[in-house]
Amino acid sequence: MTAVEEELGSRAFKSNVRASLKETEKVKRRDMLGLFMPMIRDAAVKDFDGFEELRQHVKQIKQHSLDNLHHYLSQFVQEAQNNGNHVHFAQDSSEMNSIVLDICQQHDARRIIKGKSMVTEETHLLPHLEKAGMQVIETDLGEYIIQQAGETPSHIVGPALHKSVDEIRELFLQKHALGERELQGPAEMVAEARTVLREHFLKADVGIIGSNALIAESGYSMLVTNEGNGDLCANLPRVMIICTTMDRVVPRAKDAMSLLRLLVRSATGQPVTCYTSFYTGPRREGDTDGPIETHIVLLDNKRSDILASDYREMLQCIRCAACLNHCPIYIGVGGHAYGSVYMGPMGSVLTPLLTSLEESNALPNACTACGRCAEVCPASIPLPDLLRDLRHDETRAKLSPTRWRLGMKIHAWLLCHPWLYHKSTALGMPVLGWLGRKKGSFKSLLLANGWTDERDFPAPQGRTFMQQYQPDRDENNDAG
Amino acid sequence: MDIQAGNQHSNQATPRFQVALYVTCLVDLFRPSVAFDSIQLLEQAGCKVTVPNLQTCCGQPTYNTGDYESTIPLARQVIAAFEFADYVVVPSGSCAGMICHHYPKLLQDEWHDRALALAAKTFELTTFLADIAKIERAPGQVRQLPTVTYHDSCAGLRELGVKDQPRALLKDLCDLEVSELSQTEVCCGFGGTFCAKMPELSGKMVGDKLDSALATEATILAGGDMGCLMNIAGRAKRLGKVIEVRHIAELLADDLDGPAIGEGKS
Repeated sequence: MTAVEEELGSRAFKSNVRASLKETEKVKRRDMLGLFMPMIRDAAVKDFDGFEELRQHVKQIKQHSLDNLHHYLSQFVQEAQNNGNHVHFAQDSSEMNSIVLDICQQHDARRIIKGKSMVTEETHLLPHLEKAGMQVIETDLGEYIIQQAGETPSHIVGPALHKSVDEIRELFLQKHALGERELQGPAEMVAEARTVLREHFLKADVGIIGSNALIAESGYSMLVTNEGNGDLCANLPRVMIICTTMDRVVPRAKDAMSLLRLLVRSATGQPVTCYTSFYTGPRREGDTDGPIETHIVLLDNKRSDILASDYREMLQCIRCAACLNHCPIYIGVGGHAYGSVYMGPMGSVLTPLLTSLEESNALPNACTACGRCAEVCPASIPLPDLLRDLRHDETRAKLSPTRWRLGMKIHAWLLCHPWLYHKSTALGMPVLGWLGRKKGSFKSLLLANGWTDERDFPAPQGRTFMQQYQPDRDENNDAG
Repeated sequence: MDIQAGNQHSNQATPRFQVALYVTCLVDLFRPSVAFDSIQLLEQAGCKVTVPNLQTCCGQPTYNTGDYESTIPLARQVIAAFEFADYVVVPSGSCAGMICHHYPKLLQDEWHDRALALAAKTFELTTFLADIAKIERAPGQVRQLPTVTYHDSCAGLRELGVKDQPRALLKDLCDLEVSELSQTEVCCGFGGTFCAKMPELSGKMVGDKLDSALATEATILAGGDMGCLMNIAGRAKRLGKVIEVRHIAELLADDLDGPAIGEGKS
């Protein structure tokens, strides 16, 4: 998806919703995901003593790191450079893309392998490199699948969770020129992808990966994967590039460990991922393998603005996707409906901050304030509050429909005049009650078409409580 | 409605609690019987109940839409009308959550302190009955109830921890075990103005909730929030599915003879 389509995508959220709810099979699969992911996360959290205490601790780590970001970032850069890394700062997406392209061109790179990174999705790095004539292969299995299918991630941890086993089988049969074969079941399909990817790993000139935490005290970068593809991207090619953002910085290795314990349990319900790696820098004298040259590109892309805003808590996010897995909106419509790089509750907060509220104000409205996301967020981000604050910004910027804004003003004005409110409802409700007395509800009702599109409108019993209630009832009964 | 039992109880001794009832706009307008049931239950639990008449709505619709400016005077109006009380009891988790959690966030300075003071003495109905007043017996007769399932409203559940209280009350007062919904902690898709802003999505969510309710084969779906209950009842009615949707106060107060939410009198 290009930036332009994405922009349109966010604007088109409501029509995307309608379309995605019609995909019967996908709706069923998403419902299964909504059942299964919370189950495995809950089991992992229950098995782990002191999850809540650790959660509070990680929140403090993240807040402390952000409060002292300049200090820890400088320390990280210093240490990383001491370890032999080249460190670059990128103000925005295009700057990151240019830096990465320059590095690749300096090394006459033709073939590039890539680990999973939402940051490079954010900057649209891949098409940028491809336009310059390079072959870029995604090596995370999920990313590889959607790259072959020409799609974008529907989930920040499991990018291809929207695809069925059959779809992936068809895709592999079509894309891999390996002749006649059965390709039955996930195991065979994984084996095939492994064989195909192995060739790319061995031939690559440059490897690009992301980062889950940047450790200030050592200048190391932590990466978690379940497939080990990150390590191959980092160690096999001559040049390694880490594309990440400045808000990944934590002070110490032990802080990264605390974060890791929450991240993996929250994301996949595992106690730990299969691979957790710490990248120090280029191959040292005496090392038998590893990259000759390593680069770390630190992207800002409005994160400094977010840090200085009332939405700073969003930078505590550790990208576990628990909020997606527990959000009934995300489960209902899937990631693509959001039309943005990041989706679900965290995406609905981040997208307006990374792009603009004008083009993505539908997203903060895709929330029932059910609070399940905040309940499971390992970084204790008050997501429903941030989404409501974005709706407040939307209201103040007059981006919401005029009839809504005006309607709310009139509604609030009437509610602030109790006498008038009680008199008018005492007139209206009995009439409505009388009209609905037989059926008990209305198929349609003036000013309630959003409601009655999907359900009947229950009729009132008749006279309002305030109309019926006699404050001196007790005394009367006592007397009687 | 039999209000005699409650009054007899409160006549016996000085009331143990002075309670101001926050009726909520949906109960006031759509289902006044829930407020009468609540009064009966509170009186049975030894409370003296007053109903301040300067109450309208807690302001959730404007607040959740993002119109904080219009919500502030409403919040102040509620605080001014209820801060005299020893306890404020609300037959709705989301309205109680609004008072307890969101008024203090919304208001500054002196009003912030007054909001906190009100929050400290405001309780959702089943929480107050079970944990504070510790009601021991039902105000009305206890009859054999049909199978009941329970919808946990999100705000009550997550903002106020309302989970065991309604189930304990149904058990202790009505000798009833709840047939639990699958995914009972998932939202029903009401979400205040959300259901009108994003009807298809809301329709999908309430459809799922209704399916879970029907799968329990319960005769009654009870809950503590009129918004959710009207949403679920309206969906059942639209699809012609038969399940009685009622506020938990109706079950506890044995007020089951009138039509359920969304049902007609015939």
